Amino acid sequence: MIRVVLPAHLRTLARVQGELKLDVAGPITPRAILDALEAAYPMLRGTIRDQVTLQRRAFVRFFACEDDVSQDSPDDPLPEAIAAGAEPFLIVGAMAGG
Amino acid sequence: MSGVRVLVGTRKGAFIMTADGKRQRWDVSGPHFGGWEIYHMKGSPADPDRIYASQSSSWFGQVIQRSSDGGKSWETVGNKFAYEGAVGNHLWYDGTQRPFEFARVWHLEPSLDDPDTVYAGIQDAAMFRTTDGGQTWRELTGLRNHPSAPQWQPGAGGMCLHTILLDPARRGRIYIAISAAGAFRSDDNGETWRPINRGLVSEQIPNPTAEVGHCVHRIAMHPSRPNVLFMQKHWDVMRSDDAGESWKDVGGNLPTDFGFPIDVHAHEPNTIYVVPIKSDSEHYLPEGKLRVYRSRTGGNEWEALTKGLPQSHCYVNVLRDAMAVDSLDPCGVYFGTTGGQVYASGDAGDSWTPIVRDLPSVVSIEVQTLP
Repeated sequence: MIRVVLPAHLRTLARVQGELKLDVAGPITPRAILDALEAAYPMLRGTIRDQVTLQRRAFVRFFACEDDVSQDSPDDPLPEAIAAGAEPFLIVGAMAGG
Repeated sequence: MSGVRVLVGTRKGAFIMTADGKRQRWDVSGPHFGGWEIYHMKGSPADPDRIYASQSSSWFGQVIQRSSDGGKSWETVGNKFAYEGAVGNHLWYDGTQRPFEFARVWHLEPSLDDPDTVYAGIQDAAMFRTTDGGQTWRELTGLRNHPSAPQWQPGAGGMCLHTILLDPARRGRIYIAISAAGAFRSDDNGETWRPINRGLVSEQIPNPTAEVGHCVHRIAMHPSRPNVLFMQKHWDVMRSDDAGESWKDVGGNLPTDFGFPIDVHAHEPNTIYVVPIKSDSEHYLPEGKLRVYRSRTGGNEWEALTKGLPQSHCYVNVLRDAMAVDSLDPCGVYFGTTGGQVYASGDAGDSWTPIVRDLPSVVSIEVQTLP
């Protein structure tokens, strides 16, 4: 099980509370997690990454084990602690005011 | 007794205000979608319980919400607005060409007779349509592929398609407006388009009478007389009596002819409303007075409506989609301000009272007259 934490606005949109737990097949990468997340919660499509280009939205960040992995390739493997479910994969709204 | 439902979009959520036909006591619900910008909400003329909302955020992009119970509950529907075919370029602020890029939905216009069909005007300017209640959206590519598109440029708020008017008498005729490109008309349900800007004069572009490039802020039409259009332009209040083929200036005695909204009385097709703003760089009211101006002559002769509105130290603005009318008798008129006030008049503008005073900045207002 992969643990995922969404920002508050996306939890509201997805109508969930707290952490999500997702079954993710294959190597655990940001892309694999987002594919599984959007399949389970289609209302999140387009809110984290563009629906056509699949590029991360500019004001969204991905944190894993206290590292910002936003700029890494979406196909890079995430740390074992994420893959094992020991640590959550954090999807964060950038600190940008508003 | 009939009633009204006022749909208010703000910078930080949506609010829904309802009243009976007297329009004196209001029930206010919200914020719905708190923290998100609600550029527009509108109900279906064919089914008033069907409401669509454009919800957007700089962080999380575009979401479309749909209600089938008059705004009591909502469900997300499709939010994929993908340009079809070659994307093409438009003019950027610095004079260079820049590819069209989707930013948000500015306006949702439900079909007059099918609750599942809705037109969407987006930034960067293009027109989309759904026929399945918002689940999927397809671009009407004839507009963005118009040969003039490389000359379209963004206004201060972005290059937005903000006005969509459906002609109730001649089905398939649609008017739209883009800042800053101008007004366009389709006579074939959005398949092909042509500019309708003859008579507009804009000193801010190299050729003031060019076919495109005008910053049209809003167009309004009375359903009983769809060939007559009223326009609030960047500067100038204009009127067309021939379905947009030509325009003439009807600013008359307005204190300034800069502004954003314009609307038409529900029962008097020649009675129109504007809210003049000081200038293009001073987006606030002249003299610190909140004055709605009404013309009962279709323009040129205007009277200030001030009863119940602040007449000192008021420096708000009223945005282009933030005025609407109901169809009760007497006609109700509503507008929202960037200061978060929503004012209502139950006597066609003679007097005003605030429904609420302290919302987030108001972006849009629509009114449904309920049976």
